[in-house]
Amino acid sequence: MALYSEKVMDHFRHPRNVGVIENADGIGEVGNARCGDIMKIYLKIENNVIADVKFETFGCGSAIASSSMATELIKGQPVSEAMKLTNKAVAEALDGLPAHKLHCSVLAEEAIKKALQDYADKQGVELEGLCLPEETACPACCGAPV
Amino acid sequence: MHVYLDNAATTKVSTAAFRAMEPYFTEQYGNPSSLYAFGQKAHEAITEARERIATLLHCEPREITFTSGGSEADTQAIRSAAQWGAKRGKRHIVSTKFEHHAVLHTLESLQKEGFTVTLIDVHEDGIVRPEEVAAAIQEDTCLVSVMTANNEIGTIQPVEEIGKICREKGVLFHTDAVQAVGHIPMDVKKQQIDFLSLSAHKFHGPKGVGALIARKDIPLLSIIEGGAQERGRRAGTENVPAIVGMAEALEEACRKLEENGQKMAALRDRLTQGLLQIPHSVLNGDAEKRLPGHVNVCFEGIEGESLLLLLDEKGICASSGSACTSGSLEPSHVLLAIGRPHEIAHGSLRLTLSEETTPQEIDYTVEAVTQVVQYLRGMSPVWRDLVNGKQPFVIQ
Repeated sequence: MALYSEKVMDHFRHPRNVGVIENADGIGEVGNARCGDIMKIYLKIENNVIADVKFETFGCGSAIASSSMATELIKGQPVSEAMKLTNKAVAEALDGLPAHKLHCSVLAEEAIKKALQDYADKQGVELEGLCLPEETACPACCGAPV
Repeated sequence: MHVYLDNAATTKVSTAAFRAMEPYFTEQYGNPSSLYAFGQKAHEAITEARERIATLLHCEPREITFTSGGSEADTQAIRSAAQWGAKRGKRHIVSTKFEHHAVLHTLESLQKEGFTVTLIDVHEDGIVRPEEVAAAIQEDTCLVSVMTANNEIGTIQPVEEIGKICREKGVLFHTDAVQAVGHIPMDVKKQQIDFLSLSAHKFHGPKGVGALIARKDIPLLSIIEGGAQERGRRAGTENVPAIVGMAEALEEACRKLEENGQKMAALRDRLTQGLLQIPHSVLNGDAEKRLPGHVNVCFEGIEGESLLLLLDEKGICASSGSACTSGSLEPSHVLLAIGRPHEIAHGSLRLTLSEETTPQEIDYTVEAVTQVVQYLRGMSPVWRDLVNGKQPFVIQ
């Protein structure tokens, strides 16, 4: 069996929404280069809807695919829906990830939530129910000297 | 185009080795331990293979123990030396930071059993300094284990000098020569090696077979218990076809060693030069003292697993020291040992040639790697920060 599902390979080979949004309404960055994964999400929000989303990722195939899938899942969605994105939903939409790669989907969820929090901070509003991730996505990051 | 550039991982079985093995599957399939003539035919084949390998590596036939491969040979060598040392009250071992895990993990086990271990530095060029080996040897040192050539970066170690130091100091010397045998000249006597590990599938022999060469006056510890095969040093019915194939492959590799080495080194240098045209890339390990077919380069701002997957799409088989390719969260211990920071070690690419590699394949690979690195950098937030000056480049 191949390491990755067809879906993962498709999103890795042809990642959706790669790039940068100038003057983004919210930016979220998670991970660190030491661990080999960094994801950065840019949001354009209009009338409480994710009008546009872009990502940049330094990482393995599943990190790139998870970023791509996560952006697809929230694009065009109301902020209230985007807030509910879970790593599980990202992994399921990719037809699963190998166990040792699940942290890539966690990073994608965290990056999007961080970007939403950044948006809320910039607007001076509170997004009720948005729970920011605990920094536990990558066991190697936690407690490791950077 | 299908380009196989992972010959340090494994090689294609040579036609000669394959042909030599064939009769031992369906015709001469007897058990070498059986008394009847049919079994003795198989026994003779093993004896002949042992003699051929002994001649090629300059040891005595009885100093060769056939194993399942390099990892088993490493484990048996180190455990035997440890037993030898323990009997003499010597429980200290000197090795290096960039040994294969078969060596490092065995040493970790021995530490739990009361041995102490000194892992010496391998420097930025990936070369062990003999004087540092000498300085690390203590009164109670029983063994020095230094690989002949590193499996990830291909650097060749001063084995003969280390062998001399160990002999003078009365310390056993083991070398993991898995990457070296069949690729560079090896002479167990001249290099004063007490234990040497080798693996057939690294020189166009079959997988699952290797050998431990051990000086005849050092008793070997049997790590697989059972019958009296290999004069009681390794139980289990011998893998007759594989042993025959290994001898055939080694003979061919040694016969063509110089010719193949020159050919591969020229292509290796062409590949290295091409890859180093990519901005912010660096060769890992000394440029000269390295195996003829070994290239290992780090590219700043990208991660190795995505690089490998995209090269696979282009038909290129390669490997990387990134954490994601190892199944662990740490990047290659070898790249860390030569001083590469974690974020740089994640972006490594190992390409290893064979004598069948063509200039066309090399040029195709340089072009493909250049494209893929550029593409991945285009979506990397790390690269963006480097280019925008938010972070300083590590590789100039």
